Amino acid sequence: MTMSINMRPDNTPPADIEPGARYGFFTDTSVCIGCKACEVACKEWNGIASEVEAMTGNSYDNTGTLDATSWRHVAFIEKSERSAPSRATTVPGPAHDMVWLMSSDVCKHCTEAACLDVCPTGSLFRTEFGSVVVQPDICNGCGYCVPACPFGVIGKNETDGRAGKCTLCYDRLKGGNEPACAQACPTQSIQFGPLEGLRATAARRLDVLHEAGVAQARLYGHDPSDGIGGAGAMFLLLDTPDVYGLPPEPRTTTRDLPQMWRTAGRAAAGLLLGIALVVAGDRS
Amino acid sequence: MTAVEATTAGDGVGYYGKPIVAAHVWKDYIGWYFFTGGLAGASSTIAAVADLAGRPRLARHARRAAMVGLLPSPVLLIADLGRPARFANMLRVLKPSSPMSVGSWLLAAYSPFAVGAAATDLLGVAPRVRRASTVVAGLIGPGIATYTGVLVADTATPVWHEARRELPMLFAASAAASAGAVTTVFASISGRPESSAVRIGAAAAIAEVAMSTVMRKRLGDLDTYRSDSRARALDRASRTLSIAGAIVLTVGRRQRLTSVLGATAVAAGSVCERLAVLRAGTASANDPRAVLRAAS
Repeated sequence: MTMSINMRPDNTPPADIEPGARYGFFTDTSVCIGCKACEVACKEWNGIASEVEAMTGNSYDNTGTLDATSWRHVAFIEKSERSAPSRATTVPGPAHDMVWLMSSDVCKHCTEAACLDVCPTGSLFRTEFGSVVVQPDICNGCGYCVPACPFGVIGKNETDGRAGKCTLCYDRLKGGNEPACAQACPTQSIQFGPLEGLRATAARRLDVLHEAGVAQARLYGHDPSDGIGGAGAMFLLLDTPDVYGLPPEPRTTTRDLPQMWRTAGRAAAGLLLGIALVVAGDRS
Repeated sequence: MTAVEATTAGDGVGYYGKPIVAAHVWKDYIGWYFFTGGLAGASSTIAAVADLAGRPRLARHARRAAMVGLLPSPVLLIADLGRPARFANMLRVLKPSSPMSVGSWLLAAYSPFAVGAAATDLLGVAPRVRRASTVVAGLIGPGIATYTGVLVADTATPVWHEARRELPMLFAASAAASAGAVTTVFASISGRPESSAVRIGAAAAIAEVAMSTVMRKRLGDLDTYRSDSRARALDRASRTLSIAGAIVLTVGRRQRLTSVLGATAVAAGSVCERLAVLRAGTASANDPRAVLRAAS
């Protein structure tokens, strides 16, 4: 058997990844086991140095946050469950007094991406796969994308002076391979594919969990009518978004830009008029 | 179903009290640029109005004030870049969706006219070129003075985005205050203060304090000037300097020394205002409660 360069390590044929369609992630946190294989695979493939300096004490999370050098971040949330005895009667095994939530966060690849909107150099661009990517040879490190992102995803790398974030493994997609994190995920918590298909998968999974009685399960980033036009990376969460450090109502602020320019126009006109009035009215 | 009552581990809001959005990574250079850019833009507008109104002395000193603002501006902007050698990439594209791109082009369009106006005036040559350059620079000037308000408002930083209706006005007032002040300094040094520059400086300094008050009222719960000690100190310094400067300018407007003193205070008030806005943004972005409040 001949090996194609596009073959995956397990010899399965490359996924059918075609330019022109929009691809993304569906991260199903209900099956995340917190192994951090996604974080490691991301750093390995993208050649990003490890920067763990100390133990944070925040459960198993020593990554802390997404930034220029962390493009996947597994969050660990420990919740105590007060009514544990009743659970012991319904769930086999020892009684639990703790619930452990884990979730692998990533760039949302927003439909209306604020980072891309505000980037003054055109370094950030929309790829043929619908993802949002920094071109490192263009970025001049102005830092505007950093506060613009409604999720705090993108960061400025102080070592090389440029912005950095998840590329949806742009280079791998071009070779017909899925992103490194999705391939490394052992539980299929991270699923990669065409966005439309993922939306359907996510909706089905939500139904399954709701039918199984997991009422707190909810989708995040799946709705194209939200404040960012829908995410290219959606999530199934088991609690409210803020518990995972996600904004409950993310909003692309460039939506307000016409209003803001009108305000600035009035301020500019006021400045000109005010100065003209003072000078014209000054007869001393 | 079992009820899950307790929230996250750790005592913070959300995820261990960690920020939900990222704070800006700009150094104070950018706060100083907001000041120098505003000073340049508003000074050029004073120069244009004075030139057209037949006030050559006022126009001359305002053109000089514009140079005080303009010359350090590119230095401050480039020094803040992660890759300073790539500063020219700012003019690689023109993106209306990026206030920084729009501002870069405004600055690129404005600079030759402002420098041309000052240079022809200094050399005493080409009066028509001087007049034309002065007018063009004066028309672009208000854009230079106000786009920075849009720039910070177009971010996920709660205190900036929620103040989007006030920030351009605040920055316009701050720019006019500094322009009136620095023009007053030049006029005083060369003989006597120009009353129009004094009036612009004093009135705009009061307007700046008023706009800041309106902005903070609008922000309500999100007002990080109250919770962050450095933002509060800078804001207080800005108010004190602006009001004191306006009073000294108004009362001592016929004296060179008092005019220079008052003008210096007004300009310093403008600097503190810009640094306060930057600092408040940092504090606001780092506070997950601010993001959750802004969303609710």
